[in-house]
Amino acid sequence: MPEEQEQLFTITIDGVTIEVPKGTTILNAARQIGPSVAPPAMCYYSKLEGSGGKCRTCLVEVAAGSTKDPRPMPKLVASCRTEVMDGMIVKNVTSEKAIDARHGIVEYLLINHPLDCPICDQAGECYLQDLSYNNGEVGTRYEFKRRTFVREDIGPYIQLHMTRCILCYRCLMVADQLTDSRTQGILLRGDASEISTYISKAIDNDFSGNMIDVCPVGALTDRTYRFKNRVWFLKPVDAHRDCDKCCGKVTLWNRGEEVFRVTSRKDPWGEVQIIDGKAAWICNTCRFEKKKTDDWIIDGPTKIDRHSVISTNHYVEKVIPPDPLKEVLFGREPLLLMDIQETSEVNSQDIDLSILPGPATSTTFIERDEQKEIEEADAERLAINDHKKP
Amino acid sequence: MSKKLLLDKINVPGIKTFEVYRREGGYQSVEKALKMQTGDIVEEVKKSGLRGRGGAGFPTGLKWSFLAKPEGVARYLVCNADESEPGTFKDRYLMEFIPHLLIEGMITSSFALGSNVSYIYIRGEYDWVADILQAALDEAKQNGFLGKNILGSGFDCEVYLYRGAGAYICGEETALLESLEGKRGLPRIKPPFPAVKGVWGCPTVVNNVETICAVVPIINEGGDAYAKIGVGKSTGTKLISACGNINKPGVYEIDMTISVEEFIYSDEYCGGIANGKRLKACIPGGSSVPILPANLLLKTAKGEPRLMNYESLADGGFITGSSMGSGGFIVLDEDQCVVRHTYTISRFYHHESCGQCSPCREGTGWLEKIFKKIETGKGEMKDIDLLWDVQRRIEGNTICPFGDAAAWPVAAAIRHFRDEFEWHVLNPEECLVRNFGLAHYADALEAVTS
Ligand code: SF4
Ligand code: FES
Repeated sequence: MPEEQEQLFTITIDGVTIEVPKGTTILNAARQIGPSVAPPAMCYYSKLEGSGGKCRTCLVEVAAGSTKDPRPMPKLVASCRTEVMDGMIVKNVTSEKAIDARHGIVEYLLINHPLDCPICDQAGECYLQDLSYNNGEVGTRYEFKRRTFVREDIGPYIQLHMTRCILCYRCLMVADQLTDSRTQGILLRGDASEISTYISKAIDNDFSGNMIDVCPVGALTDRTYRFKNRVWFLKPVDAHRDCDKCCGKVTLWNRGEEVFRVTSRKDPWGEVQIIDGKAAWICNTCRFEKKKTDDWIIDGPTKIDRHSVISTNHYVEKVIPPDPLKEVLFGREPLLLMDIQETSEVNSQDIDLSILPGPATSTTFIERDEQKEIEEADAERLAINDHKKP
Repeated sequence: MSKKLLLDKINVPGIKTFEVYRREGGYQSVEKALKMQTGDIVEEVKKSGLRGRGGAGFPTGLKWSFLAKPEGVARYLVCNADESEPGTFKDRYLMEFIPHLLIEGMITSSFALGSNVSYIYIRGEYDWVADILQAALDEAKQNGFLGKNILGSGFDCEVYLYRGAGAYICGEETALLESLEGKRGLPRIKPPFPAVKGVWGCPTVVNNVETICAVVPIINEGGDAYAKIGVGKSTGTKLISACGNINKPGVYEIDMTISVEEFIYSDEYCGGIANGKRLKACIPGGSSVPILPANLLLKTAKGEPRLMNYESLADGGFITGSSMGSGGFIVLDEDQCVVRHTYTISRFYHHESCGQCSPCREGTGWLEKIFKKIETGKGEMKDIDLLWDVQRRIEGNTICPFGDAAAWPVAAAIRHFRDEFEWHVLNPEECLVRNFGLAHYADALEAVTS
């Protein structure tokens, strides 16, 4: 019935009231209000059916269930999987209980996390980093051995680093919902669970690369980009090409004229954008094989409005979303925005990082400097020799 | 001797066979029910006040009336025989020794709910029980109580026995349904509840073995007669599986008017504490419910004697009370160490967590590790507070009740036996030699309330 579809429910989240269609989840209603009240989501992904409910970072307190039944809900609820009711009152950042639970979740997620951000490709655009920066404790209370796994190359393009995984199950849903067959799954149970392919079989299909995009942490990384650069040194531009497999609308991550990596276009929540009414997933050809500027028609600079290191250093002026309430962080500054461009030499334009076989390290630069010295010395010698010539 | 409804015939020789069971008056409820209106059967169950015997204690009649009945969609009845709560073995007793009682209950309940295909999901470890049950199912079918057009009533019903693979979590009803569908046993995120979307996406009722068995006497004797047994909202009889340091461990059918003291000390039931020891503590409802020290077990905080029923065991909430749970009654004598005991429970929950949601997946492992540290004499005072903190943030924040089940025993152990934890920290060497803690059964223990 058409009337039913248009039925609007009023919901108040952290004191802000908004009207949303029936069937909207609390999380999506909060996202419509804005990032200051939207609960963090590590496992929910609006474009993947059945996602959410697992990580529990999006827990909120429901202070009043609805106008009809204004009793508060006894437990915190996962906002990503709870639909709004008319007259519902939700407390997210204003709820001590929810914030306390979130601190707990961050602690749980981190006890078995390697915290290898300095060498992780995801650093700078990692949701776990942002989450722990906003909701984490200063130190850990965990003093036991952490769980580790051996890294696994699943196919030519993707590496699985299970130690970093937070078991959001998103990549399984990508495999189920975007590709024709799922070859990976969860092995074992409890905190021994791991994502794995059947006897380390390679994942091989045209849309598997999207798993990298949906992974909130650095567990699935792009092998064609691994260790090549830090994300915040790259300049994102929107580009497109004619592709017979996907929409062909992507973001290129460049340094100078060089394309370092290709990803799908992301919305402020880190999910792929909806373009022409469809989620703009991209195929592996676009993602892994078109690494020349010539392959693409550039649409213009990408605007990244997200609270993270990745939003620094871009062509366009950064859009800084309103600050989340400071009290939530017990007075700590919530934003991590530093101008790394200024302070690091890795960003130097005269090294072609994309042809380096491995990660760029200080030796690369020392070698470059030594090379320069040799060249200069040679030039000098030549000049002297020239001079000596009769 | 109180009235027995479920176990009265259990000692009749050959009761496992259809012939003897039928001769003893079995399958009468099916004959009676098939002549009734389905709505009336649900009414009888409502009147009886029967509460789910699996652990949550939800009124069965109400649960049945919640079942959605959309046109043209099949409905299912699933019997939860995945009894794996440590300390609980009452369902096994029923299925092993009087299997036809469950089958009779299944047919009657299936008819009431309009389920033409019903399932019994039995725990994988119960393989010999599954064989007994399967043999009984075959006999029932041969005698026309299952299959097409049962007793000429026009009602068709098949009951399938499905064996789990041995995961505790598959006792959670939605995980059970996933597993029944052949998938990984991961609890579903609710809503939708099984009454609306259960197995194969159809409305489903999931009931415990004992609950379904109790439907038989309710139909035979009427809901009102059933409701007269027991007290308050704890009607009928309840099976209790008693174990631990008692003289007579076993399964007992009680009406819920007797006191805990009588249950432990009378010769009709547990027969007192074994080896002349004294009672220290008890977990009255299976490993996941809070442990109670002797003083709070026998008397409520108000000083009244505690009775073996839902309300009285829960009197005082979790601060000074516990819960009826699944009826797994675990008794600890003065030589038992609560820290070691809770460590064992934590190890179990760590091993059995499905790993879907982060608080339970990571938290249960952490709890176990801290327990190990304390138990092996390496504990520090801060570890006790850490235990408290970790369990506190698991409880209520998870997808399924497993998280609570893992947190409650830890909370209760610290709440009531904190001095025993401290003793472990202060006497690291002694706690390695003696595997028991301090016996504080006689002192009034101060409850930690926050
Ligand atoms: S609480 Fe534990 S058992 Fe239940 S869904 Fe979460 S991880 Fe699985
Ligand atoms: S985003 Fe809601 S539980 Fe993970």
